Amino acid sequence: MCRLVAITSKDYISPMENILALETMKEGHDGSGMGIILKNLGGEFEEMKDYPILSGICSKDGLHRLDEYMERVGFQLRHTWTPRIKPVKGIQRRDHYFARVYEYPEEYKDRAFEEKEDLLLRTRIALRRMGEDDESIIVFSFYPDIITIKEVGDPLQLSEFFGLDDSNLKAKIIFAQGRQNTNYAINLYACHPFFIQGYGSMTNGENTAFVPIREFLMSRGFPGYIGYNSDSEVFTHILHYTCKILGYPLVYYKDIITPLKTSEIDGRPDSEVVRLLKVTLRPLCIDGPNCVIGFTPDGTCFMVQDSKKLRPGVVGGVKGKYGLMSEECGLDSAIPQRDRSLDIFPMKYDMVIVRPEAEEVVVWNQLRG
Amino acid sequence: MEPATRLDHNHQLTLKDFPYIIRWRDDRCKRCGRCTAVCPMFSIEPSVILRRTIHSEGPTPQPKAVRQVVTVIKQSTDINRYCTGCGTCTLVCPNEAIEPEYNPQHKFLFHKNRGGYPYRRGGRRNDPRLSTLDRLKFTRISMLTDPALDAGRHEFRIRTYLGRILPAEELPLRFVNGRLEVDKTSGKFIPPVREIYPVMIGSMSIGALSPTMWEGLAMGVTYLNEVEGMPVVMCSGEGGMPQRLLKSRFIKYFIPQIASGYFGWDEIVRTIPHMVEDPCAIEIKYGQGAKPGDGGLLMAHKVLRLIAEIRGVPMGVDLPSPPTHQTKYSIEESVAKMIQSMSMAWGFRVPVYPKISGTRTARAVLNNLVRNPYAAALSIDGEDGGTGAAYNVSMDKMGHPIASNIRECYLDLVKQGKQNEIPLIAAGGVGKTGNLAANAAALFMLGASAVAIGKYIMQAAAGCFGDEYNRCNICNIGRCPRGIATQDPKLYRRLDPDKVAERVVEVFKAVDVELKKIFAPMGRSTELPIGMSDGISADDPAIAERLQISYAC
Ligand code: SF4
Ligand code: SF4
Repeated sequence: MCRLVAITSKDYISPMENILALETMKEGHDGSGMGIILKNLGGEFEEMKDYPILSGICSKDGLHRLDEYMERVGFQLRHTWTPRIKPVKGIQRRDHYFARVYEYPEEYKDRAFEEKEDLLLRTRIALRRMGEDDESIIVFSFYPDIITIKEVGDPLQLSEFFGLDDSNLKAKIIFAQGRQNTNYAINLYACHPFFIQGYGSMTNGENTAFVPIREFLMSRGFPGYIGYNSDSEVFTHILHYTCKILGYPLVYYKDIITPLKTSEIDGRPDSEVVRLLKVTLRPLCIDGPNCVIGFTPDGTCFMVQDSKKLRPGVVGGVKGKYGLMSEECGLDSAIPQRDRSLDIFPMKYDMVIVRPEAEEVVVWNQLRG
Repeated sequence: MEPATRLDHNHQLTLKDFPYIIRWRDDRCKRCGRCTAVCPMFSIEPSVILRRTIHSEGPTPQPKAVRQVVTVIKQSTDINRYCTGCGTCTLVCPNEAIEPEYNPQHKFLFHKNRGGYPYRRGGRRNDPRLSTLDRLKFTRISMLTDPALDAGRHEFRIRTYLGRILPAEELPLRFVNGRLEVDKTSGKFIPPVREIYPVMIGSMSIGALSPTMWEGLAMGVTYLNEVEGMPVVMCSGEGGMPQRLLKSRFIKYFIPQIASGYFGWDEIVRTIPHMVEDPCAIEIKYGQGAKPGDGGLLMAHKVLRLIAEIRGVPMGVDLPSPPTHQTKYSIEESVAKMIQSMSMAWGFRVPVYPKISGTRTARAVLNNLVRNPYAAALSIDGEDGGTGAAYNVSMDKMGHPIASNIRECYLDLVKQGKQNEIPLIAAGGVGKTGNLAANAAALFMLGASAVAIGKYIMQAAAGCFGDEYNRCNICNIGRCPRGIATQDPKLYRRLDPDKVAERVVEVFKAVDVELKKIFAPMGRSTELPIGMSDGISADDPAIAERLQISYAC
């Protein structure tokens, strides 16, 4: 089972907090990968919130081709962050790890954000395709105010490898996942958290309805619905489809992935809509054990469980700093000062929502709406 | 020397030419005559023979020939009185003295065309090989990496939808006070959708079935809905439904069918103003898996008073339905019109869908329906479907197996992103060898939203004798020995409708448990695993390739 640590805070925090929380949850072998997404960046990125950041890994040749491509499209490199790599036994070093800040191509500068987003997505996909076969270019995200780091190995060792303990990398929302190896071939694109156009999520669990969901998403005609090296990537895309493509409020995500029984719907004030969504979005119903932790572009974080609550998950903290994690010991490590009796363990009908800036926590109940 | 009798029997058949040979035991038979009385084919008859036996009495051998006249049971070699192997004689024999035995070397089809009339029969395709559905297994078992569910403890929702489903982008929703609500001012038509049990009882007409059989099925279906809370629905088949049912609140569990003969529809249309509930759906029959391209035929001897009333025709006349709807010039125009008129008859509150026989052109039909916003589903009846009457050649050689037909239709929908918009109903050979739940689940995973059964329920609920070795299969001649497919009161009295209903309920409850037993270890419980093709494998690489699933051996 994967370990999940999400921390949302009104102040900037270091990803080390997440890594240490992951470490406390460690049980057995846990070396098949770690992913971190940082959102609402601080430090050297604080002043560059409007510029898209490309996060990824390249070989020497890959970087060369990446530069060429970016130049051709008209992106200008403005700033580069690279981790100070410290060799650690067991972690295979690749040539270039980076988060590069670009300026939009000239003709895009005055366009609407939607058009810019579209360009960023298309660029990321093009880069991904260019380097997919030989792994010469791996790009995780290309979006303003977002940095993604992924690599194979034990999280604590990786933090040393990337020098995260003494880097000035900081953010207000940090998602991290330590991945158990249920897959043999470790592909970095299979590493959580996943991100698309402002929406991100990570999951511990197994998605038994993966194939029909993937087929449904891929047939939506949206170019970003590709990949699926992990069955959990669909959770992020369903979130994006629900909130961005369809424009529904976040809570309907819960109704879509774990629809109520027909008899339960009657109790909802918006029963007519819920009934329609259950039918219309039937292929997006997830099954199997899953705890999903996600964020939306405005900085809201949430946690939902599968319809039987087969995986652990807990939300707790203090005003201004909340953790959403797969186990309570992680919370103890990250936010020891909280009142443990207020910790929330969402059950099958709950969606725990932490407002932006960790302002407050609300539990939305699917039965009552 | 010339024999006393000429040995010229060349124009007669031998028993060896027949598919079933009666094994009768002289030593056990007490000559009660029950077997000959029940035989629907008059294949066996009491006869006398002169028997010569040698007797010897006394201390030394003194053999003596004794001639005796004895009664025996004789099997006819008249092709019109062939033994169907139904086994009714065995059923009624008090001494286990008689039973039919299958003869694999028979030459039946060489001879069963007397008078220039090809062999006609009822039943199913005579092909006892394993169907594709039976060659699929469920191989994605949740083991340790994800907990398997517990079929007995966890909640399972085994339901599906019948009706046209709007894509999310077209739903008339608007955002008010943090919630979505349906925008009533948009004028957008939201088609009716029914939540039903994914195993339906397929179309079998009241004329083809006996009153006791139909009543039994209808009672079973109603009980399942009203008492067990299982929304099982049943299609009427061609030829209307009794007024009493049409006007009752139970009509919501039934799907009246309109076929090319339009029998019974004057009566149905006239009843609409008096109906208290809408039917579940309307099925328009364009084809049938058992006899693609062949119309229906209800023989005159089945058209008794009740049937004549329901169908709105005189008694005692043959009722042929044309092979195709006479108005069907094109799918674009007349099929669309038909779907629309039927929808309109119920104020667009009832889903209307066509049923076709399995065919390589199914995708073309489907693609057209996808573009018709009123088409509520597509039902495809594969070659293993059954029928009350058809030419043997149609049954055995015409049609398309259901598995690949459904799969290619589903994948076509996936390509267009419309896999959830128009449900596919799969029929024809579901549960052919008794594995109803497994066949149904496999079809869901190939892409069907629901399956329909006919023969299975006849066999399971009423003990129909038919099988793929042409056992019985005389549903067309009105002499069904089980009282299932006959209008003869002497025969249908044999069938107790209460028992049929009881069995229907038992069958569905058992299927429900079995489906859970399949879905639970696969980690599926919340929605039907439609299109979960990673869950199944075929035991044959060619089948796996064709169905785009994995091969496991
Ligand atoms: S098996 Fe059926 S058809 Fe054959 S003799 Fe017996 S009753 Fe007649
Ligand atoms: S028992 Fe009746 S329904 Fe079954 S095959 Fe024989 S005639 Fe047909």
